[in-house]
Amino acid sequence: GLFVWRLRNAGVRQIPYRFVHLYHIANNRLITFQYFNFLKRMYVTQYNKDLSQQAKPKSNSIVSPFHELQRLDQEKKVVHKISPVSPVHQSWSEMSSRNELRDMKSAAETEDSVIPAGAGSKEDRQWKEMKLRLDDLPGILARLSKIKLTALVVSTASAGFAMAPVPFELTCFLLASLGTGLASCAANSINQFFEVPFDSNMNRTKNRPLVRGQISPLLAVCFAASCGVPGIALLTLGVNPLTGALGAFNIFLYTCCYTPLKRMSIANTWVGAVVGAIPPIMGWTAATGSLDAGALLLGGILYSWQFPHFNALSWGLREDYSRGGYCMMSVTHPGLCRRVALRHCLALIGLSTVAPVLNITTWTFPVISLPINLYISYLGFRFYRDADRSSSRKLFFCSLWHLPMLLLVMFTCKKSVLEKEDKGDLPGRSRERATEIRLP
Amino acid sequence: PPAHSHSDWIGPPDKHSNLRPIIFYVPPEESALERRLREARQEAQASNQRFWARHNRAFRQEKEEFIYSRLKAKGLEMRDESGQKATLNAEEMADFYKDFLSKNLKKHLQYNRDWYKHNFRITFLMGQVALMRALRWLRRRKKNVEQ
Repeated sequence: GLFVWRLRNAGVRQIPYRFVHLYHIANNRLITFQYFNFLKRMYVTQYNKDLSQQAKPKSNSIVSPFHELQRLDQEKKVVHKISPVSPVHQSWSEMSSRNELRDMKSAAETEDSVIPAGAGSKEDRQWKEMKLRLDDLPGILARLSKIKLTALVVSTASAGFAMAPVPFELTCFLLASLGTGLASCAANSINQFFEVPFDSNMNRTKNRPLVRGQISPLLAVCFAASCGVPGIALLTLGVNPLTGALGAFNIFLYTCCYTPLKRMSIANTWVGAVVGAIPPIMGWTAATGSLDAGALLLGGILYSWQFPHFNALSWGLREDYSRGGYCMMSVTHPGLCRRVALRHCLALIGLSTVAPVLNITTWTFPVISLPINLYISYLGFRFYRDADRSSSRKLFFCSLWHLPMLLLVMFTCKKSVLEKEDKGDLPGRSRERATEIRLP
Repeated sequence: PPAHSHSDWIGPPDKHSNLRPIIFYVPPEESALERRLREARQEAQASNQRFWARHNRAFRQEKEEFIYSRLKAKGLEMRDESGQKATLNAEEMADFYKDFLSKNLKKHLQYNRDWYKHNFRITFLMGQVALMRALRWLRRRKKNVEQ
């Protein structure tokens, strides 16, 4: 979904395995701690990488005088000549073909295990054969489908499923999660397929598989189709047609609306927020089979959350967006960017209060969630007022733990199914009963 | 890339365009379809390279000019006492980024259209070539089985 082009792989190999482990038991509260740490680690490494890469271009920038246009063609020729001369490359070309293969493999492996540090890595400077290796394929496809982001999307869908006021059904839950995951993989792959030259030019995204030529565009499209079609079919036939339709619509919205719109108008952020709001709605409809007010509320919470999250993140990426030609509020309408972020932080408070009114949670939910909502609103206000990198970073990092925590609190305050039958209960007693009945 | 190789080779990112150049392998019996694919890819590569090299150069240049003019307005030199290059902070640069983006928007819209066209055409040709090669392989296998 929406997180897609914002969240990226940290590039550490071990994470995908932990991740698979994580979303199999997504409903279990015990994993939350791992989930936080994982999120923090992924985002911190990623964001730090971005920040450190921000520093790099400044030192790399050409120190030449202003009027260099005429000299450029000569410069280019020189540039192309220089790269083959590097000693690593020379020794490379002298090796036998078998050694080449072995070296390339180890090069690929070291690339994968080290957090891609951008221009610094030596492996990056070598010429690589454009041949697909089967053992690299899982890693490549994981990066193509933005597997970590997909897992986060699946977990928001599970949250939607969990919050639905129906008895928990394991098969339905698993089918819905799998279908959502496949749909997300498909959408992410198509997004990368569309954005190759732009990704090459942005620090955050320049190590993607299509950019590096590790996979052909044809294969990327085939992979997307082979994930998307079964995913949507699974949702439509295995869960219910409504969920399938929502999944298909979300793929369409993300690939055909959001991706092109990013380069045309700032409206892309709102479209992207809808893309992020749909997975929990899908989770809910998977469980109940209908679009209730509860689904829309959950969607609304995710929708509002996207703004502080994304606007804060985009504040630090203004140079890359400007050069890459992306129309983002942080570049073109900075005031609006901060206002919208603050507005939606406050909206979260409002939405949390509506939850018990719709009988989704008890009244303890707005009370318990108030501190975290107030905190993020406070950071949103600081961002609005200060408009600097440190406040944007604080807001961004807060949004990372805020959402899982909010969903968790919501789940613990969920009104149980049985309790709805007699509405005369006091809040205290109802919570006890909720604790007993909730988990299957 | 080595002379005996039968595949395409992709290189490190270009200094100006940040795009990775590809050297295409021309097989001895290249069919017309394969040639069309290769030429389409080469054309797209050249067009992308031209656009981004020019665009990035313009960006760097305008950025330098902006910094220079702002520093001058503040009465500062390009380099301070320690010889370090003076830079403006992100908030001051924000005006430049906004300006640059709006100036280049039309150029980007045109480029987007061209890029999408190239991309779809190349991928479609790749599909056709893959299909053709698969059929050829099947036919060859059938012939081997019959013999």
